[in-house]
Amino acid sequence: MLLISCPWCGPRDEIEFRCGGESHIRRPDPSVSDAAWADYLFTRSNPKGVNLERWVHAFGCRRWFNLARDTVTHEIRAVYRMDEPGPQAPGGGGP
Amino acid sequence: MKGYSALRLFVEGLGGQKGWGPAWRSPAPKGRYDAIVIGGGGHGLATAYYLAKLHGITNVAVLERGWLGGGNTGRNTTIIRSNYYYPQSARLYDFSLKLYEGLSRDLNYNIMFSQRGMVIIANSRHELESATRWVGAMRLNGIDTEMVDVSEIERRIPILDTSRSARLPVWGGFIQKRAGTARHDAVAWGFARAADALGVDIIQNCEVRGFRKDASGRVAGVETSLGFIAATRIGMAAAGHSTVVADMAGVRLPVTSYALQAFVSEPLKPVLDTVMLSLGTGLYVSQSDKGGLVFGGALDHYPSYAQRGNMPTIRSVAAAVADQMPSLGRVRIARHWAGIVDVVPDSSPILGQTPVPGLYINCGWGTGGFKAIPAGGYLLAHHLATDRPHELAEPFGLARFATGALIDETAAAGIAH
Repeated sequence: MLLISCPWCGPRDEIEFRCGGESHIRRPDPSVSDAAWADYLFTRSNPKGVNLERWVHAFGCRRWFNLARDTVTHEIRAVYRMDEPGPQAPGGGGP
Repeated sequence: MKGYSALRLFVEGLGGQKGWGPAWRSPAPKGRYDAIVIGGGGHGLATAYYLAKLHGITNVAVLERGWLGGGNTGRNTTIIRSNYYYPQSARLYDFSLKLYEGLSRDLNYNIMFSQRGMVIIANSRHELESATRWVGAMRLNGIDTEMVDVSEIERRIPILDTSRSARLPVWGGFIQKRAGTARHDAVAWGFARAADALGVDIIQNCEVRGFRKDASGRVAGVETSLGFIAATRIGMAAAGHSTVVADMAGVRLPVTSYALQAFVSEPLKPVLDTVMLSLGTGLYVSQSDKGGLVFGGALDHYPSYAQRGNMPTIRSVAAAVADQMPSLGRVRIARHWAGIVDVVPDSSPILGQTPVPGLYINCGWGTGGFKAIPAGGYLLAHHLATDRPHELAEPFGLARFATGALIDETAAAGIAH
């Protein structure tokens, strides 16, 4: 069970949250190649280590934020807002 | 290889069971192979077996980071079925089911394949309507599914609460009679023993740490914890670690790794002689020959490489058992574990060539890789040996994500994932 610190509500059990997948994926200009568009839609870094990911406090304030979370230990390394850049952590998952 | 038979069992019994040797060798890796398979689970071992048996390529190594079948091959709920929606999927999974039907004899190893049938339960009007549509498509695809009404479900699964006051009422469902379960360790061990007998080197505790490429960009071998091993054809069947292995080769994949849990209860007298899946809760359950209920449900909620489960999911799966089979409400869970599954956006596997010449992939089976082991191995072996995709594998190439020809089984396969 994770204890996640919502930036607005403080620490809450993980069952109040939903994970929204990898953060910092930028939508390319629609004129890019099919391969680049597929990369945007489907390819994910899926690191074994620190993953930068979006979460929403679904059963709380309903606001989105980012986590830097280790996918092996599940340790939460950082919590930051949607408009902030991700921490430069070893193990991939950067923007 | 000395064959296994009732006669041999008898003869060895006369000698105090001292004549049994190891089922496969544990050789040191050679410097060069004609082909390397990364991953010593069911898919990797089956690949090596079919390479040797069907294509005559016996100078093959299977490299396994841990122990044989220690990943998802030994962590699933052992269900084998082919009730998929799209024609490409139905052909693929039914091919696998047919290989399973002959596998014990083919491998001379009892994989305990029990075609006890699988009953899928609809718990709402909408699920029943969807199920009716799926069954229509499956029957057109030649899969042996049929609708069953509530009285037939009651007859087949007496412990299921089908009363009108049930928390999850039963509206009907469908059945695939050829579906069933097999002993998952035996599938890995059977393929390992048969591949070894054909000359394949199975190398455990050998972690791949990188790829070496030649000047043209083609694979030339792998760096491992046991040193460099050369090969110009490499197949990877690394399931939940596919991204990790592909990253080493510079290949990016549309894969996200999640934990999928499975559970075994304390042993009970026989109460369930088929496989049940509920569309309402995603619960699937069967009873093993030892009496334990083997069950599971949905994925854990966020990406993970930790081979252990998470409490909220345990709670929701256990609650489904207690809600739908109230007589089992006080049964204790004896063991639970998690495997790391490679989930792809359209819930269909990725089979075939990667952008790196000589490197072929078998991944993306997600939560359903066990049932596909013989087919996955057969098709990867075909691609490694001939450099062409088998016609069954062709629709499942990596290129489909750019062309848009997805095979979207995400909701269509009759399970939630």
